[in-house]
Parts: sequence; structure tokens; C-alpha cells
Amino acid sequence: MSDYYEREDLKRFAEIGKDAPELANKFFDYYGAVFAEGELSAREKALIALGVAHAVQCPYCIEAYTTSCLEKGSNLGEMTEAVHVANAIRGGASLVHGVQMRKLAEKVSL
Amino acid sequence: MSDAPLNSFEIRLSQAQITLERDLTQTLQINTGLLCDLQCRHCHLSAGPDRKEIMSRQTMDQVIAYATSNRFTCIDITGGAPELIPQIEHLISALAPLTTRLMLRTNLTALSQPGKEHLLELLRDNKVVLIASFPSTNEGQLVAQRGAGVMEPSLSMLKKLNEIGYGIAGSGLELDLVANPSGAFMPTGQAAAERKFKRDLARKWDLHFNNLFIFANMPLGRFADWLKQSDNLEPYLEKLQAGFNACTLDGLMCRSLVSVAWDGILYDCDFNQAAHIPLGGKPTHISELEGLPERGTAIAVGEHCFACTAGSGFT
Repeated sequence: MSDYYEREDLKRFAEIGKDAPELANKFFDYYGAVFAEGELSAREKALIALGVAHAVQCPYCIEAYTTSCLEKGSNLGEMTEAVHVANAIRGGASLVHGVQMRKLAEKVSL
Repeated sequence: MSDAPLNSFEIRLSQAQITLERDLTQTLQINTGLLCDLQCRHCHLSAGPDRKEIMSRQTMDQVIAYATSNRFTCIDITGGAPELIPQIEHLISALAPLTTRLMLRTNLTALSQPGKEHLLELLRDNKVVLIASFPSTNEGQLVAQRGAGVMEPSLSMLKKLNEIGYGIAGSGLELDLVANPSGAFMPTGQAAAERKFKRDLARKWDLHFNNLFIFANMPLGRFADWLKQSDNLEPYLEKLQAGFNACTLDGLMCRSLVSVAWDGILYDCDFNQAAHIPLGGKPTHISELEGLPERGTAIAVGEHCFACTAGSGFT
């Protein structure tokens, strides 16, 4: 193994079913159901997944959902905005914890 | 029977025990030439401003004679940019009474050029269906595919077309858009994309159209060059082959269409024209063909045919 992340490994995702097939099957069935057309369209779900992929910084997910978004008809403007949404929540989550920092600091400060 | 080895599409058909044969020919497609004001990066014909291949008046008259002696429910004029071909008005005027549906493919910018106002009136007066290229509502992606400075004149022409009734319900003037993916990826589903394009065009620019057609890019011409240069050729071909859907075969346009090139040579489709695979395997001029291409005859195929059979297909 030359690198921790190898692009081709995504194609081997199903191997996670070895030694624990029931759990893998439940996961993949659930995954398929989540991304099916529902109250949200498959295109909208792919955009959400793209944003989450950036938030969790998963290179496999970023590649998969970049392709998925393009092939479901989203344009680059929409995809870039989705990444900014992820960034805003991720950045906001850090920043809002600053209130804790301030409260703790205030408690021990004059 | 040719002794040449089977190409990968022929092998796939053979594995599925399918032969691709011509059905009743109902559409005459006329490629008026490779001259174009744009050099779109996905163009399967590598059309552009420097191309000299254009249909002569003599060939136009031979095409008109053929369309007169045979019945076509649809006649489809394409290019290049047909608007730039000298005497295109003659071809349009002569063909309009011969069919119930005369279509003209437009890139929108050629129609915007000074001096083309009379052509717009001719198209409107003959109720010619306009099929306009508009690949993305995102300017960056549209420009990446079609070239710098294309967005504004495209939007202006769509606005002008709407003003004279094209794309407006009840006008009898049909305006359809064509979108190809802006890269080496598969197209989205047509119905969902049409809803989204209609919403986006109305919201952003108050523009309207009738139908949206989404087509996969053909691995031919300038697009094939880009695929090779960008190391996308192999994965793109793999993607097209993986998407092979035998259900698309019955509805393929090559089964009911005959395509005539700028020089009068006949093909099963415009893509075979780009691939230099003539109808029946040997060059036949439109002036030599009596009647419609025979039903049941084999359609010439190549690797590029996977682009028409992937997913929901290219009809």
C-alpha cells in the first residue's frame, strides 16, 4: 500500500461486506433508499451529499458526488454554493463554540 | 461482408444477438456544411470559421429534388451554422412546403449576426422549428464549451425569439433547446433537466422555450481530441460502454433517418458523417439514390454508437 488513500479503493467498497455481510447489506440497502427520489429529488440529495462530503473531507465521496451532481444536472455554480454551505456550517460550528470559550474565560476573569 | 475485425459496438450487438437495421425512413437530415462562427469544444464535426466545406446551390437543388420525390415527415437542417451558408434561404423556402416539420439547428450567435434579420422573418413565416444549442444555465460552463463572449448574444437571441413568439405557448412557433454535458460525464435525465432549465431561464432571464433535449457528447471530432489531450478518452468510453442499454435500440434515430452531407454523400446519421462511415458502406450521392434507403438493410456502426445507446439513449 503506497498511500492511505488510493482512488481505485472506492471500487472495492463492497469488500467491506466480507466477514460481516449482513451489516454491509443493511448499510447498502439503506444507502440506496436514502438516495432514491423522494420528497427531495435525486439531484438535490446529491448536492447535499457533495456538501457533506466536503465537511467530512472524504476524497472518495467528493469524487463520487462531483460526478453524481454533474450527471444529475447540477451546474458548477450550484455545486460551489453547496460547498460554501458546508463550509459555513463547519466554520460556524467552530465559531459558535467561541461563546463557550468566552463564558469560561469570563468565569475565571476579573 | 467485410473481413475487417468487429468494432466494440458490433461485438456488443452480437453478444446481445441484435442486428441494427434500417426501418422506414421518415426524417431527412441535411448537413449544410462545416462552416460555423463558433468552435465548440464538444463539436463532433470540428466545425469552425476556417472550414470551407459548405453545400453548393447545385447540391441544395439535388437535395430539394430528393425531398420532393420522397415523403419526409421531418426535415432537419443542421451544420456547422446553417445560417451562414450562402442561399440557405432558398433551401428553407423550397423545403418548407414539403414536410410537416422543418427544423433548423441554430447556435443562436450566427442568427444574431448583422444582416440576418430577414432570415429570422423567413423562419418565423414558415413556422420552422428552431433547435437551439444552450448547454448550461451556468455562464462558466457554457463559455467553457462554446467559447468566450457567447453567453450574452445567446441570451439576446433567445429574448428576440421569445418576442416574436418562439417558445411562447399558443404561438405555433416551437423553440427547443439542446444541452450536452460540459465535459466527460453522462447527461442527466431529460424530464428533470427540462423542468430545471425552464425554471432557471424564467427566473434568471425571463426566457421561455418548449422542449429540452439532452444528448451525450460524441467521442468524435474536436471532443475526441479534447478527451485524448485530457486523458479522459478511456474512462469516457468505458462509461459509455457500461451504460449500454439495449432498450434504446428500437428508437435510435439512425433507423428512421437519412443524413446528407454538404457534398451530397449519404449517411445513416450525422455522427457517421463525422466518422466517415457512409450509408451502405460506400459513398453514394443523393442524386444517385432512387427512393428511400431500403428497410431491413444494416446500419453502419462504430465505437461512437455507444453514445447513442447509453442510459436513456439518443433518439
